[in-house]
Amino acid sequence: MSTKTLAAAHEELRFYDIGEHAHPEGHSTMLGFWIYLMSDCLIFAILFACYAVLGGNYAAGPAPKDLFDLPLVAVNTAMLLFSSITYGFAVLQMQQGKVRETQIWLAVTALFGAAFLAIELYEFQHLFHIGATPQRSAFLSAFFTLVGTHGLHVTFGILWLLTLMVQLGKHGLIAANRRRVMCLSMFWHFLDVVWIGVFTIVYLMGMLQ
Amino acid sequence: MSLEPNQGDAAHPREIEMPHASMRDYLIGFALSVLLTAIPFWLVMTMPLSPGTTAAIIMAFAVVQIVVHMIFFLHMTPKAEGGWSLTSLVFTIIVLGIALAGSLWVMHHLNTNMMPMPHDMNQLP
Repeated sequence: MSTKTLAAAHEELRFYDIGEHAHPEGHSTMLGFWIYLMSDCLIFAILFACYAVLGGNYAAGPAPKDLFDLPLVAVNTAMLLFSSITYGFAVLQMQQGKVRETQIWLAVTALFGAAFLAIELYEFQHLFHIGATPQRSAFLSAFFTLVGTHGLHVTFGILWLLTLMVQLGKHGLIAANRRRVMCLSMFWHFLDVVWIGVFTIVYLMGMLQ
Repeated sequence: MSLEPNQGDAAHPREIEMPHASMRDYLIGFALSVLLTAIPFWLVMTMPLSPGTTAAIIMAFAVVQIVVHMIFFLHMTPKAEGGWSLTSLVFTIIVLGIALAGSLWVMHHLNTNMMPMPHDMNQLP
Protein backbone atom coordinates (compact mmCIF):
# COMPACT_ATOMS: atom_id res chain seq x y z
CA MET A 1 0.00 0.00 0.00
CA SER A 2 2.76 2.34 0.89
CA THR A 3 4.53 1.68 -2.38
CA LYS A 4 1.33 2.45 -4.22
CA THR A 5 1.01 5.77 -2.46
CA LEU A 6 4.60 6.59 -3.24
CA ALA A 7 4.12 5.72 -6.87
CA ALA A 8 1.01 7.86 -7.03
CA ALA A 9 2.74 10.70 -5.23
CA HIS A 10 5.66 10.37 -7.60
CA GLU A 11 3.37 11.14 -10.47
CA GLU A 12 1.57 13.94 -8.69
CA LEU A 13 4.52 15.92 -7.41
CA ARG A 14 5.87 18.42 -9.90
CA PHE A 15 8.05 21.00 -8.32
CA TYR A 16 8.71 22.91 -11.48
CA ASP A 17 6.93 23.46 -14.73
CA ILE A 18 8.27 21.22 -17.45
CA GLY A 19 5.97 22.37 -20.20
CA GLU A 20 6.94 25.46 -22.13
CA HIS A 21 4.48 28.33 -21.89
CA ALA A 22 3.28 30.12 -24.94
CA HIS A 23 5.31 33.28 -25.50
CA PRO A 24 3.39 35.66 -27.72
CA GLU A 25 5.81 37.84 -29.64
CA GLY A 26 6.92 40.85 -27.65
CA HIS A 27 4.95 39.96 -24.55
CA SER A 28 7.89 40.72 -22.25
CA THR A 29 9.65 43.42 -24.28
CA MET A 30 8.31 46.30 -22.21
CA LEU A 31 9.39 44.77 -18.90
CA GLY A 32 12.76 43.76 -20.37
CA PHE A 33 13.34 47.27 -21.62
CA TRP A 34 12.34 48.68 -18.24
CA ILE A 35 14.95 46.45 -16.59
CA TYR A 36 17.54 47.69 -19.11
CA LEU A 37 16.62 51.24 -18.08
CA MET A 38 17.07 50.32 -14.43
CA SER A 39 20.58 49.00 -15.20
CA ASP A 40 21.26 52.25 -17.07
CA CYS A 41 20.07 54.02 -13.96
CA LEU A 42 22.81 52.23 -12.00
CA ILE A 43 25.45 53.55 -14.46
CA PHE A 44 24.22 57.05 -13.78
CA ALA A 45 24.09 56.34 -10.03
CA ILE A 46 27.79 55.52 -10.11
CA LEU A 47 28.63 58.60 -12.17
CA PHE A 48 26.59 60.75 -9.77
CA ALA A 49 28.43 59.17 -6.83
CA CYS A 50 31.76 59.97 -8.54
CA TYR A 51 30.66 63.54 -9.09
CA ALA A 52 29.41 63.88 -5.51
CA VAL A 53 32.75 62.64 -4.16
CA LEU A 54 35.08 64.48 -6.59
CA GLY A 55 32.93 67.53 -7.32
CA GLY A 56 34.77 69.65 -4.75
CA ASN A 57 38.31 68.84 -5.91
CA TYR A 58 39.15 71.81 -8.09
CA ALA A 59 42.96 71.38 -7.99
CA ALA A 60 43.23 75.18 -7.76
CA GLY A 61 41.29 75.31 -11.03
CA PRO A 62 37.90 76.79 -11.87
CA ALA A 63 34.88 76.03 -9.66
CA PRO A 64 31.27 75.61 -10.88
CA LYS A 65 30.57 79.29 -10.16
CA ASP A 66 33.31 80.34 -12.59
CA LEU A 67 32.10 78.05 -15.36
CA PHE A 68 28.36 77.53 -15.47
CA ASP A 69 25.91 79.81 -17.24
CA LEU A 70 22.55 79.18 -15.56
CA PRO A 71 20.32 80.88 -18.19
CA LEU A 72 21.87 78.59 -20.82
CA VAL A 73 21.23 75.54 -18.62
CA ALA A 74 17.64 76.72 -18.12
CA VAL A 75 17.13 76.90 -21.90
CA ASN A 76 18.68 73.45 -22.23
CA THR A 77 16.35 72.05 -19.56
CA ALA A 78 13.39 73.61 -21.34
CA MET A 79 14.43 71.94 -24.63
CA LEU A 80 14.47 68.52 -23.00
CA LEU A 81 11.16 69.13 -21.22
CA PHE A 82 9.51 70.25 -24.49
CA SER A 83 10.86 67.14 -26.19
CA SER A 84 9.25 65.05 -23.45
CA ILE A 85 5.79 66.51 -24.01
CA THR A 86 6.09 66.32 -27.82
CA TYR A 87 7.01 62.64 -27.48
CA GLY A 88 3.85 62.30 -25.41
CA PHE A 89 1.87 63.79 -28.30
CA ALA A 90 3.48 61.25 -30.65
CA VAL A 91 2.29 58.42 -28.38
CA LEU A 92 -1.23 59.90 -28.30
CA GLN A 93 -1.33 60.11 -32.11
CA MET A 94 -0.09 56.53 -32.29
CA GLN A 95 -2.93 55.40 -30.01
CA GLN A 96 -5.36 56.95 -32.47
CA GLY A 97 -3.69 55.07 -35.29
CA LYS A 98 -2.38 58.11 -37.15
CA VAL A 99 0.99 57.26 -38.74
CA ARG A 100 1.72 60.61 -40.35
CA GLU A 101 1.01 62.64 -37.19
CA THR A 102 3.07 60.24 -35.09
CA GLN A 103 6.01 60.73 -37.44
CA ILE A 104 5.64 64.51 -37.32
CA TRP A 105 5.64 64.61 -33.52
CA LEU A 106 8.64 62.25 -33.44
CA ALA A 107 10.42 64.66 -35.79
CA VAL A 108 9.57 67.60 -33.52
CA THR A 109 10.94 65.59 -30.57
CA ALA A 110 14.15 64.89 -32.50
CA LEU A 111 14.51 68.61 -33.26
CA PHE A 112 14.19 69.54 -29.57
CA GLY A 113 16.66 66.79 -28.74
CA ALA A 114 19.07 68.13 -31.35
CA ALA A 115 18.67 71.65 -29.91
CA PHE A 116 19.54 70.27 -26.47
CA LEU A 117 22.64 68.58 -27.86
CA ALA A 118 23.69 71.68 -29.78
CA ILE A 119 23.48 73.83 -26.64
CA GLU A 120 25.39 71.23 -24.64
CA LEU A 121 28.12 70.98 -27.29
CA TYR A 122 28.35 74.77 -27.39
CA GLU A 123 28.80 74.76 -23.60
CA PHE A 124 31.49 72.04 -23.78
CA GLN A 125 33.28 73.87 -26.58
CA HIS A 126 33.24 77.06 -24.51
CA LEU A 127 34.65 75.19 -21.49
CA PHE A 128 37.43 73.65 -23.59
CA HIS A 129 38.17 77.04 -25.08
CA ILE A 130 38.79 78.62 -21.67
CA GLY A 131 40.96 75.66 -20.60
CA ALA A 132 38.40 73.86 -18.42
CA THR A 133 39.12 70.46 -19.96
CA PRO A 134 38.52 67.07 -18.28
CA GLN A 135 42.26 66.91 -17.52
CA ARG A 136 42.16 70.14 -15.52
CA SER A 137 40.76 68.78 -12.22
CA ALA A 138 38.90 65.85 -10.69
CA PHE A 139 35.78 68.04 -10.59
CA LEU A 140 35.95 68.60 -14.35
CA SER A 141 36.70 64.93 -15.10
CA ALA A 142 33.62 63.89 -13.13
CA PHE A 143 31.56 66.69 -14.69
CA PHE A 144 32.41 65.78 -18.29
CA THR A 145 31.92 62.05 -17.65
CA LEU A 146 28.48 62.51 -16.10
CA VAL A 147 27.10 65.17 -18.43
CA GLY A 148 28.82 63.62 -21.46
CA THR A 149 27.31 60.19 -20.77
CA HIS A 150 23.87 61.78 -20.62
CA GLY A 151 24.59 63.63 -23.85
CA LEU A 152 25.64 60.36 -25.52
CA HIS A 153 22.35 58.81 -24.43
CA VAL A 154 20.46 61.70 -26.01
CA THR A 155 22.52 61.27 -29.21
CA PHE A 156 21.56 57.61 -29.46
CA GLY A 157 17.97 58.51 -28.59
CA ILE A 158 17.90 60.85 -31.59
CA LEU A 159 19.39 58.14 -33.85
CA TRP A 160 16.68 55.80 -32.60
CA LEU A 161 14.00 58.45 -33.25
CA LEU A 162 15.15 58.80 -36.86
CA THR A 163 15.26 55.01 -37.32
CA LEU A 164 11.76 54.70 -35.89
CA MET A 165 10.41 57.35 -38.23
CA VAL A 166 11.77 55.37 -41.19
CA GLN A 167 10.33 52.12 -39.80
CA LEU A 168 6.93 53.78 -39.30
CA GLY A 169 7.04 55.05 -42.87
CA LYS A 170 7.85 51.61 -44.24
CA HIS A 171 5.57 49.38 -42.17
CA GLY A 172 3.05 51.70 -40.53
CA LEU A 173 1.65 51.12 -37.05
CA ILE A 174 2.16 47.37 -36.85
CA ALA A 175 2.40 45.76 -33.40
CA ALA A 176 6.21 45.70 -33.52
CA ASN A 177 6.40 49.41 -34.34
CA ARG A 178 3.89 50.31 -31.62
CA ARG A 179 6.06 48.41 -29.18
CA ARG A 180 9.16 50.26 -30.40
CA VAL A 181 7.43 53.62 -29.98
CA MET A 182 6.55 52.70 -26.38
CA CYS A 183 10.11 51.51 -25.62
CA LEU A 184 11.65 54.68 -27.00
CA SER A 185 9.04 56.62 -25.02
CA MET A 186 10.38 55.05 -21.84
CA PHE A 187 13.99 55.71 -22.92
CA TRP A 188 13.32 59.33 -23.80
CA HIS A 189 11.38 60.15 -20.61
CA PHE A 190 14.05 58.31 -18.61
CA LEU A 191 16.70 60.65 -20.07
CA ASP A 192 14.63 63.60 -18.89
CA VAL A 193 14.48 62.05 -15.41
CA VAL A 194 18.28 61.73 -15.36
CA TRP A 195 18.58 65.34 -16.52
CA ILE A 196 16.53 66.45 -13.47
CA GLY A 197 19.31 64.95 -11.35
CA VAL A 198 22.01 66.57 -13.50
CA PHE A 199 20.66 70.11 -13.47
CA THR A 200 19.84 69.94 -9.76
CA ILE A 201 23.02 68.35 -8.45
CA VAL A 202 25.61 69.57 -10.95
CA TYR A 203 24.40 72.99 -12.02
CA LEU A 204 22.10 74.36 -9.30
CA MET A 205 23.96 72.86 -6.32
CA GLY A 206 27.25 73.86 -7.99
CA MET A 207 26.21 77.49 -8.09
CA LEU A 208 25.33 77.36 -4.37
CA GLN A 209 28.81 76.30 -3.25
CA MET B 1 -13.96 29.47 -21.55
CA SER B 2 -10.47 28.14 -21.06
CA LEU B 3 -8.39 28.89 -18.04
CA GLU B 4 -5.34 29.58 -20.19
CA PRO B 5 -4.57 33.25 -20.75
CA ASN B 6 -5.96 34.50 -24.00
CA GLN B 7 -3.37 33.84 -26.67
CA GLY B 8 -5.51 35.19 -29.44
CA ASP B 9 -5.57 33.80 -32.94
CA ALA B 10 -4.27 34.82 -36.34
CA ALA B 11 -7.13 37.21 -37.02
CA HIS B 12 -7.13 38.77 -33.56
CA PRO B 13 -3.66 38.61 -32.12
CA ARG B 14 -3.51 39.18 -28.41
CA GLU B 15 -2.94 42.84 -27.69
CA ILE B 16 0.39 43.32 -25.99
CA GLU B 17 -0.29 45.04 -22.72
CA MET B 18 0.74 48.66 -23.09
CA PRO B 19 0.23 51.56 -20.75
CA HIS B 20 -2.56 53.77 -21.95
CA ALA B 21 -1.55 57.39 -22.18
CA SER B 22 -3.95 60.30 -22.10
CA MET B 23 -3.62 63.95 -23.06
CA ARG B 24 -4.69 64.90 -19.55
CA ASP B 25 -1.78 62.96 -18.00
CA TYR B 26 0.80 64.55 -20.29
CA LEU B 27 -0.51 68.08 -19.74
CA ILE B 28 -0.65 67.71 -15.94
CA GLY B 29 2.85 66.22 -15.95
CA PHE B 30 4.18 68.98 -18.17
CA ALA B 31 2.62 71.78 -16.10
CA LEU B 32 3.96 70.32 -12.86
CA SER B 33 7.42 69.81 -14.40
CA VAL B 34 7.59 73.41 -15.63
CA LEU B 35 6.67 74.62 -12.15
CA LEU B 36 9.08 72.25 -10.42
CA THR B 37 11.91 73.31 -12.77
CA ALA B 38 11.25 77.05 -12.86
CA ILE B 39 11.11 77.53 -9.08
CA PRO B 40 14.54 75.95 -8.33
CA PHE B 41 16.19 77.94 -11.17
CA TRP B 42 14.57 81.14 -9.91
CA LEU B 43 15.65 80.38 -6.31
CA VAL B 44 19.29 79.86 -7.34
CA MET B 45 19.42 82.77 -9.79
CA THR B 46 17.96 85.39 -7.45
CA MET B 47 18.93 83.83 -4.08
CA PRO B 48 16.08 85.14 -1.90
CA LEU B 49 16.90 82.48 0.74
CA SER B 50 20.03 81.25 2.48
CA PRO B 51 22.15 78.73 0.54
CA GLY B 52 21.31 75.92 2.98
CA THR B 53 17.55 76.40 2.68
CA THR B 54 17.80 76.79 -1.09
CA ALA B 55 19.77 73.54 -1.37
CA ALA B 56 17.18 71.64 0.68
CA ILE B 57 14.30 73.06 -1.38
CA ILE B 58 15.84 72.33 -4.80
CA MET B 59 16.72 68.77 -3.77
CA ALA B 60 13.14 68.22 -2.56
CA PHE B 61 11.77 69.68 -5.82
CA ALA B 62 14.01 67.36 -7.86
CA VAL B 63 12.69 64.30 -6.01
CA VAL B 64 9.08 65.45 -6.49
CA GLN B 65 9.69 66.12 -10.20
CA ILE B 66 11.20 62.65 -10.67
CA VAL B 67 8.06 61.15 -9.13
CA VAL B 68 5.89 63.35 -11.39
CA HIS B 69 7.78 62.11 -14.48
CA MET B 70 7.45 58.50 -13.31
CA ILE B 71 3.67 58.78 -12.92
CA PHE B 72 2.63 61.07 -15.77
CA PHE B 73 5.26 60.40 -18.46
CA LEU B 74 6.48 56.85 -17.74
CA HIS B 75 2.96 55.72 -16.68
CA MET B 76 4.26 53.84 -13.65
CA THR B 77 1.59 52.17 -11.59
CA PRO B 78 2.04 49.54 -8.89
CA LYS B 79 0.19 47.11 -11.17
CA ALA B 80 2.24 47.69 -14.35
CA GLU B 81 3.68 44.38 -15.63
CA GLY B 82 2.16 42.54 -12.70
CA GLY B 83 4.16 44.61 -10.23
CA TRP B 84 7.57 43.71 -11.66
CA SER B 85 8.24 47.22 -12.93
CA LEU B 86 7.77 48.64 -9.46
CA THR B 87 9.78 45.81 -7.86
CA SER B 88 12.75 46.44 -10.13
CA LEU B 89 12.43 50.18 -9.55
CA VAL B 90 12.46 49.76 -5.77
CA PHE B 91 15.49 47.46 -6.06
CA THR B 92 17.28 50.04 -8.21
CA ILE B 93 16.48 52.84 -5.77
CA ILE B 94 17.88 50.78 -2.89
CA VAL B 95 21.13 50.05 -4.78
CA LEU B 96 21.29 53.69 -5.86
CA GLY B 97 20.85 54.87 -2.29
CA ILE B 98 23.54 52.52 -0.99
CA ALA B 99 25.99 53.51 -3.74
CA LEU B 100 25.44 57.25 -3.28
CA ALA B 101 25.21 57.42 0.50
CA GLY B 102 28.00 54.87 0.95
CA SER B 103 30.41 56.65 -1.39
CA LEU B 104 29.79 60.02 0.21
CA TRP B 105 30.04 58.64 3.73
CA VAL B 106 33.25 56.69 3.15
CA MET B 107 34.99 59.44 1.19
CA HIS B 108 33.97 62.11 3.69
CA HIS B 109 35.57 60.11 6.50
CA LEU B 110 38.60 59.40 4.37
CA ASN B 111 39.06 63.10 3.70
CA THR B 112 38.57 64.20 7.31
CA ASN B 113 40.91 61.50 8.64
CA MET B 114 43.70 62.26 6.19
CA MET B 115 46.83 63.68 7.73
CA PRO B 116 47.49 67.21 6.55
CA MET B 117 49.87 66.97 3.64
CA PRO B 118 51.86 69.46 1.65
CA HIS B 119 50.69 69.87 -1.91
CA ASP B 120 54.10 68.85 -3.21
CA MET B 121 54.81 65.28 -2.15
CA ASN B 122 58.56 65.80 -2.67
CA GLN B 123 58.62 68.04 0.38
CA LEU B 124 57.82 65.07 2.63
CA PRO B 125 60.77 64.09 4.77
